[in-house]
Amino acid sequence: MQGDELIKKAEEMAKGASELAVQAEELFNQVAHATFQSSDGGEPFVFMFTIFVLAIFVGYYVVWHVTPALHSPLMGVTNAISSVIVVGALIAASPADMSISKIFGFIAVILASINIFGGFIVTQRMLQMFKKKPKA
Amino acid sequence: MSNLPALAYLVASICFIMALRGLSSPETARGGNVFGIVGMVIAVLTTLASPGVLSYSLIFTGVLIGGSIGTVVALRIQMTALPQLVAAFHSLVGLAAVFVAAAAFYEPAAYGIGVFGKIPVGSLIEMSIGTAIGAITFTGSIVAFAKLQGIMSGAPVVFPGQHILNAALGVLLILLIALICGDQGAGLFWAIAIVAFTIGVLIIIPIGGADMPVVISMLNSYSGWAACGIGFTLSNTALIITGALVGSSGAILSYIMCKGMNRSFFSVILGGFGGESAGPDADALKDRTVRSGSAEDAAFIMKNAGSVIIVPGYGMAVAQAQHALREMADLLKKEGIQVRYAIHPVAGRMPGHMNVLLAEANVSYDDVLELDEINRDFAGTDVAFVIGANDVTNPAAKNDPQSPIYGMPILDVEKASTVLFIKRSLGSGYAGIENELFFRDNTMMLFADAKAMCENIVKALE
Repeated sequence: MQGDELIKKAEEMAKGASELAVQAEELFNQVAHATFQSSDGGEPFVFMFTIFVLAIFVGYYVVWHVTPALHSPLMGVTNAISSVIVVGALIAASPADMSISKIFGFIAVILASINIFGGFIVTQRMLQMFKKKPKA
Repeated sequence: MSNLPALAYLVASICFIMALRGLSSPETARGGNVFGIVGMVIAVLTTLASPGVLSYSLIFTGVLIGGSIGTVVALRIQMTALPQLVAAFHSLVGLAAVFVAAAAFYEPAAYGIGVFGKIPVGSLIEMSIGTAIGAITFTGSIVAFAKLQGIMSGAPVVFPGQHILNAALGVLLILLIALICGDQGAGLFWAIAIVAFTIGVLIIIPIGGADMPVVISMLNSYSGWAACGIGFTLSNTALIITGALVGSSGAILSYIMCKGMNRSFFSVILGGFGGESAGPDADALKDRTVRSGSAEDAAFIMKNAGSVIIVPGYGMAVAQAQHALREMADLLKKEGIQVRYAIHPVAGRMPGHMNVLLAEANVSYDDVLELDEINRDFAGTDVAFVIGANDVTNPAAKNDPQSPIYGMPILDVEKASTVLFIKRSLGSGYAGIENELFFRDNTMMLFADAKAMCENIVKALE
């Protein structure tokens, strides 16, 4: 009888511990949040948003400098680099155990890889043609 | 040590910026592409090195499958089919964004955004937006692909209540995003995806074939914003920066294309342009006479000219006439005639398409000029040789306020002493507008397939 009771108690304690862990995590998140807020950088979202807006400006000025003759290669290369989304896919496909999100990750890795390889190669092919030709 | 990945992502982002920077001139462009590849390798290796990555088998299988498909397709594709390929590639980015968002939704712990059913509201909103834009990019690009590939008619598909339906779906999408923040149900997630898939189809079907350059640029932009949305969800700076770069690049290209057609972005989005809308005085023009000539006539005229400006359009690409055209130009150059090419911003089906096709045919890029660079020179030019272009030379854009293309910047070919116009028939152009140029006294129509005509002119020149 005592053994059973012990098991029960242990289970209850484990349950309590896991609940505590969740609470601790939430607390940690709140603390992390608070520390971020206290620094001058603002919340993590604002921090990322700053990067986002600055990157738009960089993109704006850089792309206006692209010569119109190379607008097709520009689309090719932007296509390839936007596949950097593969980093999210890699993380999803990486856990040791099989799960639905691992399958989603796998599919996304395939899709993004088609784009990375295809995008860079087709851009290279286009640019290869824009070599200076000897004057006839 | 935990700062190392973030710094590596920064390096990758800078590589991507350099990749775009390189495209400012053909000399630096190939170097730029190498920067892009290096950036991608850094980003991928950094991710693979992170402690959360435990199993590599599926990853390598995925990269192997995707990499080989991408490589084979990219090596085999014909340059004329480039717009379709780019549209297809955009669709893949969109779908990948949806799958990554789905993975993050089911396994948020892997990305450090809580546990399933307990994702912070901010992350949920970012995830939903990423999913929605990704899904719209996916189906929108599929429709664009089908239109460009000719699987689907390029004519705009319009039906009553279209805009109301789109607006209603848009509202529904926002509603679903609001709901998922409270409920966090998987059903809602997929509902967002399905509504967005539908919107993607609906916003592209009313856009006519003539507006395809805008559509492709726009979808290019969307694919970037989708990557951004995912970047916010995963708090990955490389994704945010790259997405923003791609997004603004696509937006700028859309703007340039719209300006090239003197259309507002909204009128393109609302669609319906490029259908059967005939010019107002189409019937009146029918009785007028045109002067037509043979390949020998054309060869004679050009041989005696001092300068020739070639105006290529999408028809040249369809007829695969670029190689024959270059041969013709070479022969003329040998005679000491100045030969240049004038490219309209919306020539072809995607930005810069004509430049690539001419480059493929070994035309030196120094001879290829943009509209504002060469438009003044038509007045002092002996022969304007229009091949496969039509609407971009139509003087109605300048003189006829009734014309649907009124206000569009055009190449002033009519100012050249003689205009040679290769065309298969007197039919109207892509926009369905009669071209008054055909009936001018200084115009000679060359009724033939563009490629056959160029080959015959080459024979006559030899």
